[in-house]
Amino acid sequence: MAASEVTAATAAVAPTARRRPSRLRRIRRYLLPAMGAVLLVILILSALVAPWMAPYDPFEMNVVDRLLPPNEAYWFGTDAYGRDIFSRTLYGGRVSLVVGASVALASTAIGLLIGVIAGYFRMADAILMRIMDGLMAIPGILLAIGLMSLTRASIWVVIVAITIPEVPRVVRLVRSVVLSVREQVYIQAATAIGTRFPRLMVRHILPSTFAPLIVQATYIAASAVLLESYLSFLGVGTPPEIPSWGNIIAEGRLYVQIAFWNILFPSIFLALMVLSINVLGDGLRDMLDPRLARRL
Amino acid sequence: MAQEPVLAVESLRVEFATGDAPPVVAVSDMSFEVHRGETLCIVGESGCGKSLTALSILRLLPRPYGRIGAGRVLLDGRDLTTVSEAEIRAVRGRAISMIFQEPMTSLNPVLTVGRQIAETVMVHEGLSWQDCMDRALEMLRQVRIPEPERRLHEYPHQLSGGMRQRVMIAMALACRPRVLLADEPTTALDVTIQAQILDLIRDLQQETGAAVVLITHDLGVVAEMAQRVLVMYAGSKVEEGSVEEIFDAPSHPYTRGLMAAMPHLGGGRGKRLNEIPGVVPALDARPPGCAFAPRCMQAVARCHAEAPPLVQIGGTHTVACWAHGQGARA
Amino acid sequence: MTGKTSVLDVQGLVKHYSVGRGLFGSGRRRLHAVDGVSFAIAPGETLGLVGESGCGKSTVGKAVLRLVEPTAGRIVLEGEDITSLSRSALIAKRRKMQVIFQDPYSSLNPRMTAGEIVQEPLINFGIGTRAEQQERVAALFARVGLRPDQRNNYPHEFSGGQRQRLGIARALALGPSVVIADEPVSALDVSVQAQVINLLMDLQEEYGLSYLFIAHDLGVVEHISHRVAVMYLGKIVETAPRDMLFAEPRHPYTEALLAAVPVSHPRMRRRRVVLKGDVPSPINPPSGCRFHTRCPIAVARCREEEPALLGDSSGHSVACHLRTPAN
Repeated sequence: MAASEVTAATAAVAPTARRRPSRLRRIRRYLLPAMGAVLLVILILSALVAPWMAPYDPFEMNVVDRLLPPNEAYWFGTDAYGRDIFSRTLYGGRVSLVVGASVALASTAIGLLIGVIAGYFRMADAILMRIMDGLMAIPGILLAIGLMSLTRASIWVVIVAITIPEVPRVVRLVRSVVLSVREQVYIQAATAIGTRFPRLMVRHILPSTFAPLIVQATYIAASAVLLESYLSFLGVGTPPEIPSWGNIIAEGRLYVQIAFWNILFPSIFLALMVLSINVLGDGLRDMLDPRLARRL
Repeated sequence: MAQEPVLAVESLRVEFATGDAPPVVAVSDMSFEVHRGETLCIVGESGCGKSLTALSILRLLPRPYGRIGAGRVLLDGRDLTTVSEAEIRAVRGRAISMIFQEPMTSLNPVLTVGRQIAETVMVHEGLSWQDCMDRALEMLRQVRIPEPERRLHEYPHQLSGGMRQRVMIAMALACRPRVLLADEPTTALDVTIQAQILDLIRDLQQETGAAVVLITHDLGVVAEMAQRVLVMYAGSKVEEGSVEEIFDAPSHPYTRGLMAAMPHLGGGRGKRLNEIPGVVPALDARPPGCAFAPRCMQAVARCHAEAPPLVQIGGTHTVACWAHGQGARA
Repeated sequence: MTGKTSVLDVQGLVKHYSVGRGLFGSGRRRLHAVDGVSFAIAPGETLGLVGESGCGKSTVGKAVLRLVEPTAGRIVLEGEDITSLSRSALIAKRRKMQVIFQDPYSSLNPRMTAGEIVQEPLINFGIGTRAEQQERVAALFARVGLRPDQRNNYPHEFSGGQRQRLGIARALALGPSVVIADEPVSALDVSVQAQVINLLMDLQEEYGLSYLFIAHDLGVVEHISHRVAVMYLGKIVETAPRDMLFAEPRHPYTEALLAAVPVSHPRMRRRRVVLKGDVPSPINPPSGCRFHTRCPIAVARCREEEPALLGDSSGHSVACHLRTPAN
């Protein structure tokens, strides 16, 4: 009873605590995630409006203007073929966004389905989880190399290659939530009032998975953006003719000593994108469920 | 009682505060005394402030929110609210020790019970390790744990709930404290185990002469254990007296309500219980005037406006109710 | 009590749990949570089921509801055997038997509003139109003492007692004939506990409900029950009409339980027989009479031979070699 009384007393003052947190806490709680969100929105917008905003065609070569440093005409300079790096970087954001969003969506959707089955049906659990363990043991980069050698390089292969190793992580998360929720007394209560399985799932079990899933999805998106760049850089990702950030950096790396801007600007965009998604994810985690902070 | 009380709490106020908001008062104007060998039961429902009162005696209020806003806590005449951190630490577990409702969370799961008791002794009495372990064994024997030699080397999870509470008591009494604060010590236990633990506390009290402050919501435990009773409601003392005074002539409507609401063996089978309507007010929404007035059948206009003072209505019997105020019925 | 007149008839209920393997994987150890429990409840009757923690009383409730699958035994609800019904056939029967849980905090879905919680059983059985369901919910709220405007609040906005009222409204929504109440007041404060007990007794009178009232508090059980069954380590050791059990307990365990209850007035303080030791583990229950390890009157026979639950004509049954209901 001591504990409950203390909790009650602390809770009584907690509303005031919530209204006026210390400055540092306020920054951590609201300002950083908000900045992350704003930055992310800017990056997304810049990628979306690339066709209208880019001053040059990203594929247009201009041999006269090879490896020019940043200037008034070419804000980020040009590469070895005289292509405008600013335009290419804007277009490169579209690849990263498509990959990040697709991987996040695909892996959470697949992971949710498998995780729910594994968490709810004990029979399926053992088999599914061993398969997941197997998938988790495959390094994403090796998988991508393998897939590339089997098929033609395309952005969709990249997405599949990154999604597969992410799925088990989502499955584990969903499974652990489902396992703990299904033991809750309110699930027994729902069963006792004659709730059938589909409704039990949709109304009582699934809602608990949403908050951790949203948070997990942001982390997956960030790591997918990064992985796409690794793969492209290694030459096993997005086809080299498409200007993704990884491809731009890979090409620019040859001239880094004479034209560092070739890799500087796409790298900055890549870093900002990953940073903004992660900061936003942390903020969402703290807002949606403070207890999650310890689980993820 | 002519002699000086071992522990005296005077006009204690416990408040919870954050930043510049006005503090929430959890316990107000709480006063009581306990004498050597005496058992005082503080009774009330959850949220009435009984546990906070006990925690504030040892200055264990949760930081950073909780604090003692006013009043004194006198141990043999020394005010514990003003002593240094080091001094209060020397008091905890030695002059005043405390046992809690849930023994599992109060024991360290990775240390053997013998070691935990011995360390308490070591900290306070500075004996050699061997002497401390001997004392631990002696304490386990004293709290009547079967096979104490074996239990000494076991971990808390290997013990049953009743056994763990015995270990807690052994640890609490290892340094022969003058005051034992027991916060709902039997609430988590089964009724047959509760009977064992209550008997044990009573026997050990007789042997050591410790003053016991027993905090409970169960009037049955009060009837079994108390010499004096203090009834709390919404952070304030509403009635205090000897156990006979309280049980023979409960005078505050809340005390009467509690007694009538408690189903007890042999009482009113199949009849409706007397209920107290409504719920305990939230800490930050306590009404002005008498806190019990909104739930009280006898409340009059004055009760809602003005808080009643404690008045003496019998030998050692005091009550805070306008029905017993000056000129009302006395 | 014959099978005909009872709403709920339970025969030889057993629930064992597997608790991992031994050191060398030889044979799973079994936890004997419930080991052959039989009882019947008449319409409008309350059977109090008492015992200490771990005696299996809550498991009895869950097994009767088939929230856990019984290992053996027969559960007959309103004359129909529901023990081997399929999941979907069982759902239809759930209208007749409802449950109130101990913990008013964890038994309500925190993501649903109070109104949705009480409406859900009506949705499950397709009772009435949405509007009729809303009306019924409002009526249920009023009946259990909640304000209808609290329907849009979430469980965490209610106090413990109010939550328990919500749990009761949910159980009543389907108009059951039997309600399993699993420690419904043990998490509540004394003053609120009285409100909920009174509510349960009023509802019983109004709707002719039968209760299986599971509790550890003998005072509460004595107050609300018509008959009482005492459980110890998975078995019923004594059952009798309320007044008889409390006036003349026969089984030494019942005696000890009653003696351990704190007195209601300081003048009644006495030196009592305190039961020694703890309840043994249900994984390896003692041989013979399961109570013999703590029994003050046990003899050699108690260690070897298990006593049967024998009854007399007054409905008083005792499982003890030394005490019979007749003498």
